[in-house]
Amino acid sequence: MGEASPSHPLLELTRARVLEFVREREAVFWVFVFPVLLALALGVAFRVRPVEKLRVGVVGDEGGQVTAALRAAADLEVVLLPDGEAEQQRRAGKLDLTVLCQRGEGGEGGVRLRLDPTRPESRTARLAVREALGGSTPTLVPILAEERVTAPGSRYIDFLVPGLVGLNLMGSGMWGIGFSVVVARTRKLLKRLAATPMRRSHYLLSFALSRLAFLVLEVAAVVGFGWVVFGVGVEGPLAVLALVCLVGALCFAGLGLLVAARPRSIEAVSGWLNLVMLPMWLLSGTFFSYERFPAVTHGAIRALPLTALNDALRAVMNRGVGLTATLPQLAVLGLWGIASFVVAVRIFRWQ
Amino acid sequence: MKRFGEVTAVAHLDLEVQRGECFALLGPNGAGKTTTVEILEGLQRQDAGSAELLGHRWGEGHDLELRQRIGVQLQDTQLGERLTVFETVRLFRSFYARGREVNETIALVGLTEKRHARVGKLSGGQKQRLALACALVAQPEILFLDEPTTGLDPQARLQIWGLVERFRSEGGTVLLTTHYMEEAARLADRVAIMDHGRIIALDTPAHLVASLGAEQIVEFEAAGPLPLERLAALPGVRAATRRNGTSTLEVAAIGEALPALLAELQRFGVGIESLRTHQPTLEDVFIRLTGRALRDG
Ligand SMILES: Nc1ncnc2c1ncn2[C@@H]1O[C@H](COP(=O)(O)OP(=O)(O)O)[C@@H](O)[C@H]1O
Ligand SMILES: [Mg+2]
Repeated sequence: MGEASPSHPLLELTRARVLEFVREREAVFWVFVFPVLLALALGVAFRVRPVEKLRVGVVGDEGGQVTAALRAAADLEVVLLPDGEAEQQRRAGKLDLTVLCQRGEGGEGGVRLRLDPTRPESRTARLAVREALGGSTPTLVPILAEERVTAPGSRYIDFLVPGLVGLNLMGSGMWGIGFSVVVARTRKLLKRLAATPMRRSHYLLSFALSRLAFLVLEVAAVVGFGWVVFGVGVEGPLAVLALVCLVGALCFAGLGLLVAARPRSIEAVSGWLNLVMLPMWLLSGTFFSYERFPAVTHGAIRALPLTALNDALRAVMNRGVGLTATLPQLAVLGLWGIASFVVAVRIFRWQ
Repeated sequence: MKRFGEVTAVAHLDLEVQRGECFALLGPNGAGKTTTVEILEGLQRQDAGSAELLGHRWGEGHDLELRQRIGVQLQDTQLGERLTVFETVRLFRSFYARGREVNETIALVGLTEKRHARVGKLSGGQKQRLALACALVAQPEILFLDEPTTGLDPQARLQIWGLVERFRSEGGTVLLTTHYMEEAARLADRVAIMDHGRIIALDTPAHLVASLGAEQIVEFEAAGPLPLERLAALPGVRAATRRNGTSTLEVAAIGEALPALLAELQRFGVGIESLRTHQPTLEDVFIRLTGRALRDG
């Protein structure tokens, strides 16, 4: 960062923005550390049981042969359950895998495995069960079929992590930009910049660009944490996840600039930021699904940028959809972002 | 003319700054100095009248070109505290198509040793020199300085004065505001004295002082009151005023006036508590014109 000849003003402004951000320790905490702590706390609080033992349900094992074979495996906890009960528990994430026993037509018995392959525990359980049942030759019990049932976001943490990514993108964009702009205004730095030939749109764009510089780290912190600690995977293409985060971050950069366009004091901008974000904290389904609100409100809720971002993130991370399925949400985010940026540039108060 | 609601900040202002000149607006707080320079810098719009800079008016399509050619230091701007001196100057340099090299500018304002220090860690004088660096890095034709040394200690003030003189010696034009008469007297070729939004005198510092027609100023505090008319009528005295118990005489011939004053005090039996004399300054001009001191505001 030492070369003396300055580059393009937009790059210089962005670099200044980035340096100012990383040199503010508190901001770094709120953007990178806090969401991870939140994910940890909530993830632990809502975890159904410890992940160490894999819980396998056995249905209809009359001879007891299957149960015995599974019990022999050290890392499996085996419970005998009626079919309906087993299915209910599996859906709730209390069972990692169900073994359905079948009496064969000609005495040739076998089992079917039912599991959600998007859950890492279920995949591990599948390996353990296959090992226990068929590892040795001759095969003890033939595995006739595998039923893959994907229940996206079946655990709370699967639901939570994308929501936290969205919430974090909103918070860091709006607080980060809102505060820096208003601080620069109260310190008359904006006025000083307005006295230079700097293009005013460059100044505003530098905020959006600096957000991109942190985007990767910000998202990686939360997603990586969720993956390592709770096994929350990204089922869809990473490129689509990246695109959704990018559009989301730009959208909230625009909104942050809009909120910060006029206020003259930190108190004023804090109030406005809270006012704008509060409905989204409550309604946009970060911590619980907005499906719980009356159906008539869903349209309006989906038009909020954070809802669009959360929905798109969940679609990519939990359900593994591709680009086309996220286009409606990307459109909502894009519209909010562009509209607020354009209005912000027009009404921006430089002094 | 510029109004803020009921307040008329400046009115009936008529001044012209020559190229290569250092022009000072001298006046107390609230006189309208900042409003005047900010209109010239294109940061505020006047409500009536017109301002022309380098042959152009603001808002007529030449704004960016004008901004390329001027350097500005605003009254109490605080630059970003978390950037270093070097980063700040480089940022400002990037806005200008032409200009001075970054390290050279930092050396010019004497901050080379502080190049990598955070702005928040600089002293008041260093911050002000950095503000000057941000203006000088544009290699401007005109430098606008709004109270560049207010609140600085005498040494820091001397450093700033040196920089302004150096800029001038290279042919630059300076428009400066100040409420320090020493600053105006030292730096300016011409001074406009402002009060309540108007220019009440405009000339070279020497002419302004000479207009008093006084060789010396005598100030004294006495134990009892003396009629001002009697003081003004003393030989060698041109005018007498009194503020807060201090009487001030503008004296044309100190050799006649001082003995006469002492004799007069004796005749009335009034004891003298203190007495000072000094050469007249711009401050005395301001007092003569307004009846107030500059620092009274
Ligand atoms: N933004 C503003 N709003 C209202 N009044 C203002 C504003 N700026 C300046 N004024 C008023 O205009 C007058 C001149 O102010 P200013 O130009 O800042 O004086 P100076 O720089 O000489 O101290 C003062 O009475 C001040 O209170
Ligand atoms: Mg001022």
